[in-house]
Amino acid sequence: MSLYNPHAGRPQIRIARNTVLIVILLAFALATLFPIYYMIISSFGEPVEAGAMDYKLVPSSFSLESYKFFFEFSEYTYRWLLNSLIVATTVMVTNVLFASMAGYAFSKIKFKGRAAIFSLLLIAMMIPYQVTQVPLYILIVNIFEIQNTYTALILPGLVTVYNIFLAKQFMGSIPNEILECAKIEGCNQFQIYFRIILPLSKTVLAVMAILTFMDNWNTFFWPFLVTNSMDMQTIQVGLKNFRFANTTYFAPMMAGATISALPMFILFFSLQKYFLEGVTVGAVKG
Amino acid sequence: MTEYAKPIKRRKIKGDAAWGYAFIAVALLVFAMFTLYPVISALIISFQKYKPIGSEFVGFENYTETFKDKLFWKAIVNTIVYTVLTVPVSLLLSFAVSIMILPLKKKMQTVFKAVYYLPAVASGVALSLVWLWIFDPMPVGIFNKVTSFFGLGTHNWLGSSAYAMFSLVLMAWLSSHGTSIIIYLAALLGIDGSYYEAAELDGASFMQKLWYIVVPCLKPTTLFLLVTGVIGSFQVFQNAYLMTGGGPDNATTMVGLLIFNNAFKYFEFGKAAAQSLVLAAIIAVISFIQFKFLGKDVEY
Repeated sequence: MSLYNPHAGRPQIRIARNTVLIVILLAFALATLFPIYYMIISSFGEPVEAGAMDYKLVPSSFSLESYKFFFEFSEYTYRWLLNSLIVATTVMVTNVLFASMAGYAFSKIKFKGRAAIFSLLLIAMMIPYQVTQVPLYILIVNIFEIQNTYTALILPGLVTVYNIFLAKQFMGSIPNEILECAKIEGCNQFQIYFRIILPLSKTVLAVMAILTFMDNWNTFFWPFLVTNSMDMQTIQVGLKNFRFANTTYFAPMMAGATISALPMFILFFSLQKYFLEGVTVGAVKG
Repeated sequence: MTEYAKPIKRRKIKGDAAWGYAFIAVALLVFAMFTLYPVISALIISFQKYKPIGSEFVGFENYTETFKDKLFWKAIVNTIVYTVLTVPVSLLLSFAVSIMILPLKKKMQTVFKAVYYLPAVASGVALSLVWLWIFDPMPVGIFNKVTSFFGLGTHNWLGSSAYAMFSLVLMAWLSSHGTSIIIYLAALLGIDGSYYEAAELDGASFMQKLWYIVVPCLKPTTLFLLVTGVIGSFQVFQNAYLMTGGGPDNATTMVGLLIFNNAFKYFEFGKAAAQSLVLAAIIAVISFIQFKFLGKDVEY
């Protein structure tokens, strides 16, 4: 009844087969995890220039000097982390709020032009970001003249079409009867949204919040375009600057990379379920 | 009765509609300002020689220049090469891995899903820094140690036009496939057991079940991953920008990077806009072809 022969009578064959599979899977996992392992162990090396050292696959010494070196590179290193935190948190909150509101309206409230507007959003999702990057840059830098501000970093990502789509897909599956009942009890649309839709959509909104936060913490391109002073840069842009300023300092570079990735690792290990769920909620029903 | 009921009902609908518009107002405003306006603006800029004040219209000049530009065609070829080498391999790897995860216990499945997904949470900038050192051109570099161990010699991986593209491709092969593995696995678990039962009664082997049941059942998933993979690959920018800067000798200049350079290195906004729209058209055509030829019997 399955793809694999269950070997019902001979469990030892099944165990042997699964062991072989696990070994193969582990080997491939090691290959994909290697860069991360290498990044972390190398970050504990001494901050010496690369010419004087050899690459080691197993750490031979433990030193936090390279982390110190990275933080001392610029007086704004802590600021980069703070900036990333501010931008990612704000964008996360606005996305959950506005995408859930729009998702509710698109899935449950009837109004003129609903289908047309939603199709327009979906079509726009297929346009590559290269098309919008130049006009967006002109809009922020030349017209609004707000480059190098939090507003410039946050505004274009306030709510994404993808998140609206995600919210609409999920909320569409909430039974109409519940909403009808609430209406009869005298709830207005805002109360329905706030007291019924939001609590029922907790999981999908948590997924949305986490993925949005991660995307914005990791994003490089837009902050790189619209910031021009060290104090306004995010950690990813700062990391890139560090690399170009210290091309030969291997261990400090790895320390910086580890610092930029560490918050996401912590988030991933504590909220793993939501990350993994997030992958499938956006995909087609196969 | 009904005549009294009508106006009340209509008013109610009207009230709901107002809520509807209120709920989408912010989203719509953001969309109009940061997506719709830029797209229209890109279209206009693509026919201009852009200046902050007093842009002049130049007709199709940006487009004709683009099509005459050897570098643009080279970037297109590079992008196609990169896509052809990375996307199918990534699909095949994810498919194989998800098939191997399938018979394991639920807990084990979750462990492997998490392990394969993990590299995807690290930022692209951080990972590109690590790979930069893995590809260190000196003989002590990690990857050079591996290749010289197998008697393949040491090479200047990112710095020579012969190997730079291969290096980027290898990096893509060994990056996270977690997303597609999880999507494939979800689809695998959704296949109805009765298909296998029927096949078993007919004495089908593992490979036959794989080929005649799993592959057709997973076709919509494969199509989805293929189309999104190709779209993503055609827009690739970050790795090429951070690892090789498009070099050496433009061997790794992808369309995404070329557009970026034209826009923000040479500030030729008109040309960049024209090229971005050509890219959008290419992506649309390729997606359409994929749906047309592979999506024949796929229903959504």
